[in-house]
Amino acid sequence: MSWSELFIHLLGGLQVTAIITAASTVFGAICAFAGGIGKLSPIRAVRWLAAAYVEIFRGTSLLVQLFWLFFALPFLGVRLSPMGAGILGLSLNIGAYGAEVVRGAIVAVDEGQYEAAKALNFTGRQTLWRIVLPQAIVEMMPTFGNLAIQNLKDSSLVSLITLTDLTFTADNLRNETLQTIPIFTLTLFIYFGLALILAGFMRWLEAKTERMAGRVKAS
Amino acid sequence: MMTLFGHPLNTASHWTFFVSILPLIFKGLIITVEATILGFLVALGLGLIFALLRRVPVRAVSWPTVFVIEFVRDTPLLVQLYFLYFVLPVYGVRMPAFITGLLALGIQYSAYTSEVYRAGLDAVDRGQWEASKALNLSTVRTYRDVVIPQAIPRVIPAMGNYLVSMIKDTPVLSAVTVLEMLSMAQMIGDRVFRYFVPLTTVGLFFLIVTLFASALVRFLERVLPKQGIPLK
Repeated sequence: MSWSELFIHLLGGLQVTAIITAASTVFGAICAFAGGIGKLSPIRAVRWLAAAYVEIFRGTSLLVQLFWLFFALPFLGVRLSPMGAGILGLSLNIGAYGAEVVRGAIVAVDEGQYEAAKALNFTGRQTLWRIVLPQAIVEMMPTFGNLAIQNLKDSSLVSLITLTDLTFTADNLRNETLQTIPIFTLTLFIYFGLALILAGFMRWLEAKTERMAGRVKAS
Repeated sequence: MMTLFGHPLNTASHWTFFVSILPLIFKGLIITVEATILGFLVALGLGLIFALLRRVPVRAVSWPTVFVIEFVRDTPLLVQLYFLYFVLPVYGVRMPAFITGLLALGIQYSAYTSEVYRAGLDAVDRGQWEASKALNLSTVRTYRDVVIPQAIPRVIPAMGNYLVSMIKDTPVLSAVTVLEMLSMAQMIGDRVFRYFVPLTTVGLFFLIVTLFASALVRFLERVLPKQGIPLK
């Protein structure tokens, strides 16, 4: 097969990679906010739960987590599809890393902002959603950009739980054609291209949150 | 009773199963630790080369270096591993999967460590360079006796964090038949068709190892002299 034919074949796996990455980045962000805000909760049980979640998912390997969800969980009576296990594993994993970012950004918001909110008689919930988070999100965005790229790269591991993503397609194609050099060179460049697109999107999102928070970077 | 590599697998209960697989998981752990340490040495060496090449004031050298670092950083470890594992033999380079695996780990992490070196070197005050110049020290002596000793305490904690993160990436090597902890658990599971205990055990082992390693990094961060470490 020519390079262009191989490229067309590889694009077949691109769809799964794109879906998995997009879904787990979004769910991962939700996990990150839940975990990060949870770690600062005034309720001790919530704090502990959030801390346990973050420690377990940051302390063990992503591939072990994916294998656990896919091979071990059925023994507890929960059977996930490969797609379900892949998205759940990636989301929980990247969410645990994101939770630390969310927590750090919230803590870094100036104390005067909390005092002012209190002086204006805001409730705790209003302070969080209207005062603290809009400012904290701006601080989180650059690190979230890195985590999104990390998540794209991590998505290649779902090929090992039988999902036909880009990496799986490449390995399959290698089996059929043995044209290892063009296949893996193309695959690496496709991932690189995806990473550039994702990085561009995250920078756009970063600029958008800055505008929404009323901050425009002085250039 | 089923056996694996001569070890009996006692599946009478979760507990006996757990105890009977411990020796096998330990064997996997040793491979995991070896791959991490050797891979990290590759990352430290290669990363330093990248960091220095990037500082060469010739664009024909520094720009390709920047591209290579970005490319390696933005592509998945697993695909890089496949690339090395399947492409190198085409050129007649044959080596054990373990060596290919630790090279892949080392290459991926060299992109990260080169950034750490760069940040560490950049963080050394400009006045130190100027003072070295005023004292007529050669570039080599400036690096060796003035800049690098001050950069080391800044570099070590960040390197430690990448070491911890590399431990967690070693299971990827199971994709090319390296018998580390995860593939050991997988083999045990395939043997007796029970995956819950072996995979949970491996998760627990990873948790213990990374918690221990992180504590060690934090300890180092605390005891390192902030003013620098002489290279003698």
